[in-house]
Amino acid sequence: MSDTPPVSDRPCDVILDGDRLRLAGHLTIDALQTFDRAAAAELARRAVVIDITETDAVDTAGAWLLVALAGQGQGGRADIHGASSHQSQLIDTVRANMPPPEAGSETTGGMNDRLARLGGRIHGGAGAAVELVSFLGQVVATIGGIILHPRRLRLTSVVHHCQEVGWNAVPIVTLMSFLIGVVLAFQGAAQLSQFGAEVFVVDLIAISILRELGILLTAIIVAGRSGSAFTAAIGSMKMREEIDAMRTLGLDPVTILVVPRVLALIVMLPALGLIADVAGLLGGAVMAWVDLGVSPAAFQARLVGNTDLWHFGVGMIKAPFFALIIGIIGCYEGMKVGGNAESLGRLTSTSVVLSIFMVIVMDAMFSIFFAVVGV
Amino acid sequence: MADAPVIRVRGLVTRFGRHVVHDGLDLDVRRGEVLGVVGGSGTGKSVLLRAIVGLLRPAEGQIEVLGQSVRDTPPDAYRRLRRRWGVMFQDGALFSSLTVRQNVEAPMREQLDLPPDVMRTLAGIKVRMVGLPEDAQGKYPSELSGGMRKRAGFARAIALDPEIVFLDEPTAGLDPIGAAAFDRLIRQLRDALGLTVFLVTHDLDSLHAVCDRVAVLADRRVLAIGSIADMLDVDHPWVREYFHGPRARAAKIMPPEPA
Ligand SMILES: Nc1ncnc2c1ncn2[C@@H]1O[C@H](COP(=O)(O)OP(=O)(O)O)[C@@H](O)[C@H]1O
Ligand SMILES: [Mg+2]
Repeated sequence: MSDTPPVSDRPCDVILDGDRLRLAGHLTIDALQTFDRAAAAELARRAVVIDITETDAVDTAGAWLLVALAGQGQGGRADIHGASSHQSQLIDTVRANMPPPEAGSETTGGMNDRLARLGGRIHGGAGAAVELVSFLGQVVATIGGIILHPRRLRLTSVVHHCQEVGWNAVPIVTLMSFLIGVVLAFQGAAQLSQFGAEVFVVDLIAISILRELGILLTAIIVAGRSGSAFTAAIGSMKMREEIDAMRTLGLDPVTILVVPRVLALIVMLPALGLIADVAGLLGGAVMAWVDLGVSPAAFQARLVGNTDLWHFGVGMIKAPFFALIIGIIGCYEGMKVGGNAESLGRLTSTSVVLSIFMVIVMDAMFSIFFAVVGV
Repeated sequence: MADAPVIRVRGLVTRFGRHVVHDGLDLDVRRGEVLGVVGGSGTGKSVLLRAIVGLLRPAEGQIEVLGQSVRDTPPDAYRRLRRRWGVMFQDGALFSSLTVRQNVEAPMREQLDLPPDVMRTLAGIKVRMVGLPEDAQGKYPSELSGGMRKRAGFARAIALDPEIVFLDEPTAGLDPIGAAAFDRLIRQLRDALGLTVFLVTHDLDSLHAVCDRVAVLADRRVLAIGSIADMLDVDHPWVREYFHGPRARAAKIMPPEPA
């Protein structure tokens, strides 16, 4: 076009000369940063001709400015004079691509609008819940089909995921649970010793760990660790159309991707819960010994003699349900990922938050249930 | 000054480990021309493009764009230089979490300080210029067809009115009508915006329709450069096969054989 450097600090001058609006200098996107459009439009209102003989560079942004100014001119259309053939070609191209006149008028606010949005959200939420339940049904039906035809099970995949979600989580679960046992014993001892009832610390630890904390905290850790990993893995496959490719090849993504993950969780979460129980009791016992002088033998005797086995049973019964919640939500959110990277991130965090929330809701429902049946 | 090439490559050597992609490659691109770069798959067309725009550091050689060395400029000068070209990558490389209009606004937002309504209007003009429908502006890349994504990538590449645009196989994967429309678009915008175009392509129709000159990459260098007519006389098996084959005849590069 021209040899002048396009990056320039030179402002574009606007001079009104009778009914002639003269523009001089650089008419480029850089000049537009400091250009006073309102003032120029005010001058343009009195112009019949816009003269750009003195401009030395015009780019698309400059051409847009010219077209916009010309539209402000007398009679709604001032003439643009002094353009080189390149410049007038550019101006014509821009004129042909100007925004349609009524564009840009979005209505926002208003009571009706807000109501409509609220309604839309509720409708969307309800729809998502229905979809989640139907996804659960689909997975359960597929698992049922696999029980009838065990050869359809991807055993290698199940074992792989067992290692991922179970075995690899053992250190963190053990450590966490041990520390919870320690904390419980310490806090419990501080309160109970006021009544000289130190020995009840064993009951406190046993009941709270076995019945609630062991499995609940394990489920929360697994949701954060594996639920998010499920969503991210399935979501990025969805993003790259691998899931669609599977479907066209006659492979069922639920059988191949979802069932092994869910089964692995159902198998491994109770096992992790058991480990957490043992580690928690151990932590409690150590702290009771150090802090209260309850010897390991006394701890064991009181634990075995005084704790109903049902406390352990209640904890373990919950494990497969928590596993199902984490697995289904993790995979479902992954399947919902669309074509962009942002939805992957958003749904991964949704998956973790939602599965932890649902685990706690489920736990509360179990508490009510067990209270009613009296265990 | 008018005769100085806008892109000047001398003795370029690029390698990945022990795999040598270019070995002593020379290339000149003239101001205002559309240069078609052809070559078999894996001959290093995309790598050449990446080296010229400074995304990849060559092992040896000089690369000058608009008279400035790309390799040895301080970061500040490189940033100013970079504003003077636009790149459209092979697969569009649109930002997937932004709409088409936001994609085109992205370079303006990063490089300039413009009021939002101006950015919006300018981005809209660019999107319309590349022939995308009005409702495409608010769509995300995943909601567009392949051809529309390429157009959107082109719109982003010309967002700041660069002097040079690099296009990596813009018509690959488009239907013939879409490809022909894209060719027309390149020519039209070249004329309107005074662009210099570095066009990597496999498409003989494209070469025929838009390119002023053609550079053939083979044997790790630019084997031949010149008009399409010049290419017909080059004596090299790949070039012969490419410009004399049945597809070339279909693209009317070769006169039809007498029956
Ligand atoms: N990042 C990379 N690492 C290793 N090898 C690469 C890389 N990028 C490209 N190559 C190799 O360089 C060669 C040229 O690639 P490319 O320029 O993409 O080919 P094309 O001409 O088809 O665009 C190929 O053999 C490719 O394998
Ligand atoms: Mg390539």
